[in-house]
Amino acid sequence: MALLEIKGLKAYYGQIEALHGFDMELEEGEITAVLGANGAGKTTTLRAICGMVKTGGSITVEGENVIGMSTEAIVARHKIAHVPEGRGTFVRVSTEENLRLGAFTRRDKEIEKDYERVYHYFPRLKERRNQQAGTLSGGEQQMLAVGRALMLRPRIMLLDEPSFGLAPIITEELFKILGRINKDEGVSMLVVEQNANLALAISKDAYLLETGNVAMTGPADKIMDDEQVRKSYLGY
Amino acid sequence: MDLFIEQTVSGLASGAIYACLALAVVMIYQAIDHFNFAQGEMAMFSTYIAWYLMDDAGLGLPFWIAFVVCIIVSFIGGAAIERIVFAPISDAPVLSHIIVFIALFSMFNSLAGFLFDFTPKQFETPFGHTALIDGVISAHRAGMVAVTLIMLAMIYAFFRYTPIGLAMRAAAAAPESARLVGIRVGFMLALGWGLAAAVGSVAGMLIAPITFLTPDMMLGTLLYGFAGAVVGGLTSPLGAVLGGFLVGILENWMGTFVVGSQLKLTVALVLIIVVLLVKPAGLLGRVVVKRV
Repeated sequence: MALLEIKGLKAYYGQIEALHGFDMELEEGEITAVLGANGAGKTTTLRAICGMVKTGGSITVEGENVIGMSTEAIVARHKIAHVPEGRGTFVRVSTEENLRLGAFTRRDKEIEKDYERVYHYFPRLKERRNQQAGTLSGGEQQMLAVGRALMLRPRIMLLDEPSFGLAPIITEELFKILGRINKDEGVSMLVVEQNANLALAISKDAYLLETGNVAMTGPADKIMDDEQVRKSYLGY
Repeated sequence: MDLFIEQTVSGLASGAIYACLALAVVMIYQAIDHFNFAQGEMAMFSTYIAWYLMDDAGLGLPFWIAFVVCIIVSFIGGAAIERIVFAPISDAPVLSHIIVFIALFSMFNSLAGFLFDFTPKQFETPFGHTALIDGVISAHRAGMVAVTLIMLAMIYAFFRYTPIGLAMRAAAAAPESARLVGIRVGFMLALGWGLAAAVGSVAGMLIAPITFLTPDMMLGTLLYGFAGAVVGGLTSPLGAVLGGFLVGILENWMGTFVVGSQLKLTVALVLIIVVLLVKPAGLLGRVVVKRV
């Protein structure tokens, strides 16, 4: 059984059905890419997993249904860390306080220790630890968002366009670090990306969404080699 | 010169009250982005509860016990108002919130009159009214400043150094992100309202011995509290406190030396307008830097 199993997923914004009932899986310890154009339903899929949109069908994590649970409960119980579109930085508080908030649901004594774990992946954040988070650069804020997610000690990370608005060189660095986090921490990841090349490079499987449905799915390298995908999404 | 010192010190004392109310106002403002116009009336109603707890016709409790019980009751009441009245309309437009604030205002005002009648009541002070330091300040006013400062220090420490205080700030500033790290935003909002109501109740209990207890006792005071909040900066609790004290002093100076006591309240209003025109963020308010 997969760690995260989605069956017949539908999602609604008011009367409008945004997802039309598709299946998706995330295996334990793996990275799966979710690709697609604007409006394909990538973000909505992630929001559905976290209980932030009205949802139909079934979503199970470790065999437990999460539909109907509150976002807070899903985060706390299943250790799902969502790195949202636009990074979701708490701009008025410091970098370190942002990290502290990431560990809000934890009650163990090792939170202090985990700051160092985050700084090990993102040394820049350590330099900025007491700075108001809103003054960090876009790249630093994205690192902070991933760092904040790490502070949960997550089983699953949901990453919504981590490359958005970043310089290519920073994006590349970020994806390398995501790959390391996946290996070293054993965190499974669902990565939504427009930058298909980068996402496919670190993923084992991939899904291609089109207007609320899965248009294609398979191993990442197969998807990368597919002629039509290359033309539409990879640009060569 | 004596008059100047006297007025300054007494300005500090009333400033303490304005600081409390300004703090309560800023706490709600931080959480929901609106002024709570009913803050003063909630404080007034809390003070009536304290009066009932203390009065021989009521429960006849000693002052400090009534003080603590009143704070707890106000806290629960404030949280309940958020849950019952504001949670259901959290997505409604600003105007709906304003209308509800005004409704709460008149409800508390008339309810206090209905339950406890409109005749001014004397309100006990644990500090007494004897003069201290050559008649510059009364014992009650000195006690008022002390209680305010202790309470403000506690609130500051709570927000600055506890995880729950941090979570409250996060929930107010970015509710969606807060939920994604597992913070129960509704619970934090209720907590914020409870705290604001508790702070307001302290302001009410401290000022009632001076103004006498009537349903209208907070009208002017709240305006000064608003002025304090605006002067200090609506995004800064510390600024609100500072602003409250500043307004208190300024009010007394202007009233005594410049415009006369008739126009004291006007000073507060003019101050609000001037600050909003010249420095909208207030003295300590941060212009939040945000990159996209």
